[in-house]
Amino acid sequence: MSTVTIDKSGPTRKVKYGSMSRDRTWALRWSYFFLVLFAIFSLTPPLYMLITSLKSSAEISAATNPWWVYHPTLSNYIELLTSNQFLRFFWNSAWVSIIVVTITMLISVPAAFALARMKFWGSATLATGVFLTYLIPDSLLFIPLFKMFAVFGDWTGVQLVNRWYVLLFIYPTLTVPFCTWIMIGYFASIPKELDEAAIIDGASWFQTLTRIFIPVALPGLIAATIFAFTVSWAQFLYPLVFTTSTDQLVLPVGIITTLIKGDVFNWGQIMTGALLGAAPPLIIYAFLMDYYIAGLTAGATKG
Amino acid sequence: MVDVAFQSNRAAAAQTGRRRVGLRNALRRKSMSAFLMTLPLILLIAVLVIYPALYSLHLATLNKAMTKFVGLGNFEFLFKRETFWLVVKQSCIFAISAVVFKALIGFIVAHFVHNVPANKQRKWRGMLLVPWVIPPAMSTLAWLWLFDPSYSAFNYTLSFFGIGPIPWTGDAMWARFSVILVNVWYGAPFFMIMYLAALKSVPEQLYEAAAIDGANWWQRIWYVTLPMMRNIIAITTLFSLIVTFANFDIVRILTAGGPLDHTHIFATWAFRVGIEGSDIPLGASVSLFMVPILAIAAIFILRDITKRGNEA
Repeated sequence: MSTVTIDKSGPTRKVKYGSMSRDRTWALRWSYFFLVLFAIFSLTPPLYMLITSLKSSAEISAATNPWWVYHPTLSNYIELLTSNQFLRFFWNSAWVSIIVVTITMLISVPAAFALARMKFWGSATLATGVFLTYLIPDSLLFIPLFKMFAVFGDWTGVQLVNRWYVLLFIYPTLTVPFCTWIMIGYFASIPKELDEAAIIDGASWFQTLTRIFIPVALPGLIAATIFAFTVSWAQFLYPLVFTTSTDQLVLPVGIITTLIKGDVFNWGQIMTGALLGAAPPLIIYAFLMDYYIAGLTAGATKG
Repeated sequence: MVDVAFQSNRAAAAQTGRRRVGLRNALRRKSMSAFLMTLPLILLIAVLVIYPALYSLHLATLNKAMTKFVGLGNFEFLFKRETFWLVVKQSCIFAISAVVFKALIGFIVAHFVHNVPANKQRKWRGMLLVPWVIPPAMSTLAWLWLFDPSYSAFNYTLSFFGIGPIPWTGDAMWARFSVILVNVWYGAPFFMIMYLAALKSVPEQLYEAAAIDGANWWQRIWYVTLPMMRNIIAITTLFSLIVTFANFDIVRILTAGGPLDHTHIFATWAFRVGIEGSDIPLGASVSLFMVPILAIAAIFILRDITKRGNEA
């Protein structure tokens, strides 16, 4: 469309250039216009969380303009942050996520190193298998896993169902395959000369991993850590299935099962809880956006 | 002198011999340590992924009390139930329409972000990715509140345009629309970020060449951008198809399958039947129906990845 007008606008170079830049300005304006629209679409729910969280129950039920806060109050935040139950959910979530991140890194970094560098019998198959495992969704495994842990409890007497630490066994099935996969990609991109030099200097495999690979692939490690943390923090199905007592719940399930009581929705508190639950991933994202995006795109573009 | 040379020669021979033994040891050590390093991973996958997957096949053949083998009885029962076919239909509608809209919106938005001067792209990208960062369970709560039957902020806004109160989650068709809308809102940023990365990898010369040949904007997209992005588009769509098909959080929180099972998809119905209805074998059978479509998508992704692995 634009180029046709350029061709017709004749031989003089100046005119051509002028129309091109005018076209570009318009393209830019339209881009901004639509980007603003999409940004509004993207940010409406989180902003609405914030707006509602600043309202009192009286203001919410008065059904005034929902997009505006007339009497801002922090009472919802104070109430939630002083409630033992909510703090309990928060700590459960924090502990589960931190321990799962540690477990994930301890399993996937050595495994990725072995799969990327120490070619052994079946290593290629195993790498493919790791990737396939990543494609198996949680909604396929929650029923057999639930039954498995129940049967395990009956056999051994070690009751894991309805304990928050059961999640420490289950979450790694979601985090480890992906983290291993992207770490294989990062490790494979490190030049062979580097670890050969280390081996010649007498470093053991373990030293090569800790002294060479981990420092060099640190960006990948950070991306994998962020991924593992956000996945564990956001996971909803497994805790919903495996934990029921209120003192064992993690944040997302806790908010949904305790703050929604029958038909009485205390929306001010629900939105406050949701915002506080969304805060840790958002804060991490705000500070480590580039690593976050690197991890996001690495899954499909690496390997 | 000859003697010295001979001796040094022998010493060298002994040294290579020792080195060979050392090498063999190292090799043995290497494969052994490699095995040990991957052992936790293998154990995890075997015990907590492969075993439960096979176990669910076994579970699907038991009766409700899990005392008797019923063969394909659960499947026969499912095939006779109308709700099951409703769930199949809804899962397909949900997954396909959500993925198509996510891909389209992601593609369009990626182009807009790409158009903006490079120093401002970061800011826009940062804002537009927020839906993907918030845990879906939390953001769906915000949507539930936006859709609330009596205090809906959307209906409040729409009433100024004379559009009557919309039963966002109350009516079957609207509830399906809402569920898909929330899923698109949550998933489109992922497509956007993937396509943006792909757009940046298209060499600028190709566009210049196309412009010189007189291609209009549509031809530039059709003959330059799309072929260059084909791989990323395929793999992102397949990924998203798997994730969307297996989605649980959004439907569960927004409608819990209602009204009258008209938004149930495989995952939520399996939860309703298997965990809430405590009919574990039937729930396992329901979720097994996800396997074929997941397997097809996985095969295509794998083919693409191994193909690219060979090119590299």
